[in-house]
Amino acid sequence: MATLELSIGEEVAVTPVRRTRRLGPLFWAAIAWMTFVFVAAALANLLPLLSPTDMDMLERRASMSAQHWLGTDGLGRDELARLIYGARISLIVGLCAPVIGITIGGALGMLAGYFRGRFETLVVGSMDVLLAFPPLILALAVTAYLGQSILNLTCILGVLGIPAFMRVARAATLTLARREFVIAAQALGATHARILLRELLPNVFLPLFAFFLLGVAVTIVAEGALSFLGLGVPPPISSWGSMIGEGRESLEIAPRLAFLPAIAMFLTVLSFNLVGDALRALTDPRQGAL
Amino acid sequence: MTEPALLSVEGVSVDLPTPRGNLRAVDQIDLRVGAGRTLGIVGESGCGKTMLSRAILQLLPKKAKLSGRVMFDGQDLVGLDPERLRKLRGRSLAVVFQDPMTSLNPVLTIGTQLIETLQEHLELDGNAAKRRSVELLAAVGIPAPEQRLMQYPHQLSGGMRQRVAIAIALSCEPKLLIADEPTTALDVTIQAQILDLLAREQRRRHMAMILITHDLGVVAGRTDEVAVMYAGRVVERAPTPALFKKMRMPYTEALLAAIPKIDAAPHTPLPAISGRPPDPTRPIQGCSFSPRCRYAAGQCHREKPSLAAAESLDHQYACFHPIEVAAGATA
Repeated sequence: MATLELSIGEEVAVTPVRRTRRLGPLFWAAIAWMTFVFVAAALANLLPLLSPTDMDMLERRASMSAQHWLGTDGLGRDELARLIYGARISLIVGLCAPVIGITIGGALGMLAGYFRGRFETLVVGSMDVLLAFPPLILALAVTAYLGQSILNLTCILGVLGIPAFMRVARAATLTLARREFVIAAQALGATHARILLRELLPNVFLPLFAFFLLGVAVTIVAEGALSFLGLGVPPPISSWGSMIGEGRESLEIAPRLAFLPAIAMFLTVLSFNLVGDALRALTDPRQGAL
Repeated sequence: MTEPALLSVEGVSVDLPTPRGNLRAVDQIDLRVGAGRTLGIVGESGCGKTMLSRAILQLLPKKAKLSGRVMFDGQDLVGLDPERLRKLRGRSLAVVFQDPMTSLNPVLTIGTQLIETLQEHLELDGNAAKRRSVELLAAVGIPAPEQRLMQYPHQLSGGMRQRVAIAIALSCEPKLLIADEPTTALDVTIQAQILDLLAREQRRRHMAMILITHDLGVVAGRTDEVAVMYAGRVVERAPTPALFKKMRMPYTEALLAAIPKIDAAPHTPLPAISGRPPDPTRPIQGCSFSPRCRYAAGQCHREKPSLAAAESLDHQYACFHPIEVAAGATA
């Protein structure tokens, strides 16, 4: 009888609410800010911006004016241009690194959760090793050895994200693989590859994607931290982290040089978190009901 | 049964290692199902019905140990090459599971799940598979099948979902359908519809069926033969009419008596089988039903009765003190 009651409750909850679930103004504000940052970063070359690297020693730390909308930094470079070009770096690294994480971590996690056994022990063990290694030391070692570049920075942040994605994918796969629809697929003669790709992946993808958005937020912050420490992108290129680092030297004279990129980063990270949370809330109850 | 059996289960046992010791879920079972025939397997929860069906399909948990032979269509499924087994499943052997809430993938549309099965096994192209899916959905009594193809499982009611699960199982015209408690999770009013649907499709396709249930009422009018299971063993096996006319095993009688009667006076206590099934990790000496059996005598506690035929070859039971009276009188 319990199943009967459940099924009734689910019908009532799912049918009317599903399409009309409100996402709220906060969600749309976050989407708007993300769109704005994306468009600005993508079209940076086409926008009538000053060069982000041209120095003007006579106009150092100039305040806001018609020529420099957000003023100039300590070396007389246009702050607005640096902010927008910086968004490029932050977004490229912030999106590409979690892509590495979600691909490798997701694949390893699903394989581990589906096949179990010795392979799972090996994967979980090696991920624990990776987690136990201090991330900053690893980043330092890699940049010292391979040099500072956007590619190296993306790779190192991506690799550091693998264990978390692996865990999310494995946990989701573990519970799903015991569901009857997987046995039903086996009973219909599905291969392992088919079960993993067609039956499990669409189910695992929802929580994994929500986690991906949170991963983007974390990576942007991590990239900022590394750039702040001078381990990020090499100097003439700007990123939000390195801009905060440079602005630190003139905090008393021109605090906006540190605060503007910090605010941009704060809003972007908050947006990714809000969207990620909203998407997770949207997909979670439906998963639970079935 | 003179015709050659489509499926013959010969001395199948399933052992599951548990922290409390070895659990014998299925104990030395022999069964035969002829082409186009229906076998009912009846027993209470935990008696090994589902494990037996999984053993037939070779879909046991990895740790389980299976012994015996499962002959299907002339080949032994036990130890069959995985690739050949995979081709056999779906195309010749299909299953309908108990709970349609979990036996369909929640994030794929009905259409995707049906069409892909068809494409996989029958090598149809997209359009042909889609047409066939619509036909199948219509055959299992789903109104507006074209629109349903685009819907997700959670948009359908439980009965509808079970119909879809049946459509998927029937999609490749299997020779044997195993229905593992197909109506247990459904509303009572839907149960009869689903059972009628299964019976109708079975006749139309001349398909053999194993109907697993805990409800003797379900198998009464819909099976050719019934096997009653208790504690992993078949305790009585007979053609359905013979079983209901003259049941010999006290457990079968107790099961039948436990079905509530609609014409009983109000506040009549429901007859229940007292006690619990034996712990399968600690097999008991003697008949496994003896602790709960009201006819049990000294011999029942010492020796295990074997499944043997008595007056007719078809009717077998494992009991030292079979019931002599016509079973109808016990109601």
